[in-house]
Amino acid sequence: MPNERIVGIDLGTTNSLVAYMEGDRPVVIPGEDGLNLVPSVVALDENGQIVVGSAARKYLIETPERAVYSVKRLMGRGVEDVQDELKLFPFRLADDLAAGEVLRIKLGDKTFTPPEISAFILRQLKRNAERYFAAPVTKAVITVPAYFNDAQRQATKDAGRIAGLEVLRLVNEPTAASLAYGLDKKNAETVAVYDLGGGTFDISILKLHEGIFEVIATNGDTHLGGDDIDNLLITIALHDIQGDLAVDVRRNAEIVQAIRKAVIDAKIALSSEEKATLDVALPGGGRYQRQITRAQFEQLIQPVIDRTVGPVRQAMKDAGLTPKQINEAVLVGGSTRIPKVRQLVQELFERTPHSGLNPDEVVALGAAIQAHILAGGSEATKEMLLLDVTPLSLGIESLGGGVVKIIHRNSTIPASATEHFTTGVEGQTNVAVHVVQGERELASDCRSLARFDLKGIPPMPAGLPRIEVKFLIDANGILHVSARELRSGKEAVIRVQPSYGLTDEQVENMILESFDNAEEDFRRRQVIEARNEAETMLAALEKGRNNPAWQQLSSQERSNIGKFETALRAVVKADDYQAIRTAIDALNQGTMHLAELMMESAVGTALKGQNMDTADVGEGPESPHPIAQAEIER
Amino acid sequence: MALTDQKKTAQLDSGILVVNQSKPTKVNCWSCGAMRAAHFCQECGKVQPPTPVDYFTFFGLPFRLNLEPEKLEGEFYALSRHLHPDINAINSDREQQWSLEKSSQLNDAYRTLKDPITRTEYLLRLQGVQLEEQSKAATEEARRTGKLKKQVVPPDLLEQVFELNMQLEEMRMNKKMGEPDRTLERELQDSKKQLQDRYNGLVEELHAAWNEWDALIDRAEQGGSVLEDDRIAVRDKMVDVLNRRSYLRNLLRDIDEVLES
Repeated sequence: MPNERIVGIDLGTTNSLVAYMEGDRPVVIPGEDGLNLVPSVVALDENGQIVVGSAARKYLIETPERAVYSVKRLMGRGVEDVQDELKLFPFRLADDLAAGEVLRIKLGDKTFTPPEISAFILRQLKRNAERYFAAPVTKAVITVPAYFNDAQRQATKDAGRIAGLEVLRLVNEPTAASLAYGLDKKNAETVAVYDLGGGTFDISILKLHEGIFEVIATNGDTHLGGDDIDNLLITIALHDIQGDLAVDVRRNAEIVQAIRKAVIDAKIALSSEEKATLDVALPGGGRYQRQITRAQFEQLIQPVIDRTVGPVRQAMKDAGLTPKQINEAVLVGGSTRIPKVRQLVQELFERTPHSGLNPDEVVALGAAIQAHILAGGSEATKEMLLLDVTPLSLGIESLGGGVVKIIHRNSTIPASATEHFTTGVEGQTNVAVHVVQGERELASDCRSLARFDLKGIPPMPAGLPRIEVKFLIDANGILHVSARELRSGKEAVIRVQPSYGLTDEQVENMILESFDNAEEDFRRRQVIEARNEAETMLAALEKGRNNPAWQQLSSQERSNIGKFETALRAVVKADDYQAIRTAIDALNQGTMHLAELMMESAVGTALKGQNMDTADVGEGPESPHPIAQAEIER
Repeated sequence: MALTDQKKTAQLDSGILVVNQSKPTKVNCWSCGAMRAAHFCQECGKVQPPTPVDYFTFFGLPFRLNLEPEKLEGEFYALSRHLHPDINAINSDREQQWSLEKSSQLNDAYRTLKDPITRTEYLLRLQGVQLEEQSKAATEEARRTGKLKKQVVPPDLLEQVFELNMQLEEMRMNKKMGEPDRTLERELQDSKKQLQDRYNGLVEELHAAWNEWDALIDRAEQGGSVLEDDRIAVRDKMVDVLNRRSYLRNLLRDIDEVLES
């Protein structure tokens, strides 16, 4: 057994889960509420505290400006690529975003980057696991959509770091699912994993062979999922409300969220019922009610689910396989519960799709298996090894804006390519390189990954320097670049500036901030606790003054108590919990004798016939304060 | 000796490696120092530091072009089980780095060798050939000067290509004017089929050249002498086939583009 538990995390668009290997079976770790799924919702409550999961859901309805969902859609993206998303999702971006900057989302009066918001979710999962194990958890495997690009992967890794997790591996979601399905499989077969989740779609074709899970081809759409179906229904409802009831509620975030909840419920119901009813209370006492039949629903979502066909066909083509050559089609992701989706998969692969495991949990279970393999494995996983691929081609912008592909999509990772560059002008000491990801011919149509300068090239005639640049995609699907000048043998200085993403420095700062916040939270709690204690003590002192024991004190003692009391009252409103504690201790000492006298008289009273059981003598030696015991006499 | 040799394969599986027969080397495991291994130690399983080797040598293969895909795949899996970063995830940073580099080397090598065309191209590159279409130098030159890469028309296609280009131009014009010419379209379909057959036929030509090449390699391995002229002749034969192939592929792509537009 590995010493430290490495957990597997499914950081989903709609729901997130944490799982681990218990013996030789993966299990999902439930939250405090006993539920396996943690909704990927983050809110900022009235006190400025972050709330995650089910608890954050009510803020979506009550104070939508303080809550965010589906943040996975924004991971690793720039302002210019989320314009479509902004029309459909109530993301509130910071007002002062500069072009090229990492997005920041408003929650109340604060702003957070998508990796920070994802980190809140991860931290919640980490806490759930730590509570379950009663031990710290610092290492994790996190799943990402197979079709995530470099920037989206990097953003996910950053989120892990910010949450205090060492991300040992990013695993592609459909591949993770295949691990969970293939745990007991010993036969060689070819499997297609169709993964339609809350916000992403992946298709992966794998070859299973003696425990090796070799991905042959993958494709997908990182912005296609159950969310899109919800948005269709929401649009219709809003249109109805405006048309039939002449109310425009589109700007009313609360109502929109209430409608969203209603359409999700209806969507889920329609997987098992023939019809469902939308019923939403409107401002001004009206109601919006509408019945949707399954037939209407299926007709409506057809365009959305048809968008999965292209990627499936492309993956099959890339794999060089026909549907007949696929032994099994596996369904993953909550949206595959929709009968129409199952029917589509059945048509595409010419066989009944397989869904033996819970489609919401199977990815997390696979992540747990992969975590276990990384930790050294056991008999159950001994033979298992994942060989995954990069989903997108890696290329370099050439003169004229074209793309020279250097690592093709569906190459098994880790993969590398070495390119040689030279100078165009005599004495040139810098060469700019633009790295892109995608399948298009023009660099401007591909995803810009990084621009960097090869610096410090020794001045030479044009074309003479030979700079060797090595591009390496690691097992997480993340690119690394290194370079050297061959003629001078000089290691070129390389500075890779990610086109979209946090710099290492920014991530470090966020980690520090989260520590700072932890300290700030701790300090605030201490102040509140000290203040409460001071108030209790001052109230008890008031009572003590009216006790006969007060008269037994010397005038010096009474004067001292007065001084300590004044000192405590002076600091109790301040934010310095240490000053409050010091003043409490002083008053505590000063009133020791008073408390003793009060205690004696209380015991005396008790001996005079009062039943000790009914006399509240405090908690004896463990009582927090002597004066508290003085409350015996009422 | 190649992967086809049972004894050799057994050795590969057990991890004793395996450097190209032309330059056998002994490498000591950095960890236990007990043995020779290019990739991982047979005794303790530790991944060895990466060394720059060609892809054939990486798999312990001679520079033969005929190879059995199943055997190559088996060897790829066997090496993956030792070299993959997942296997080395909790090892030292140094071992993780080596594992990353070695497994990328393994994947690059497997990807290149498993495909018959990239395998041939790669071998030719090792032989110092700059393939017209595939040559990195040509790409680099094109990138630097902004000029198109040079494409040589195979002599036996010259006449047909001239005619075809005229037809394609005419077809483009027709399409632009919205007046599709059915006869011309049929002619293009016929040309396409003819070129496709030719393209497919090249595979056999290539295999014939492979056999010639492998015969030379085998003769050299058995201690026989190989004339430099023979080597160059076979090499150039393969270059010629690949050039015609890439030319035909581009032509077919152009026809498809026009027909589908």
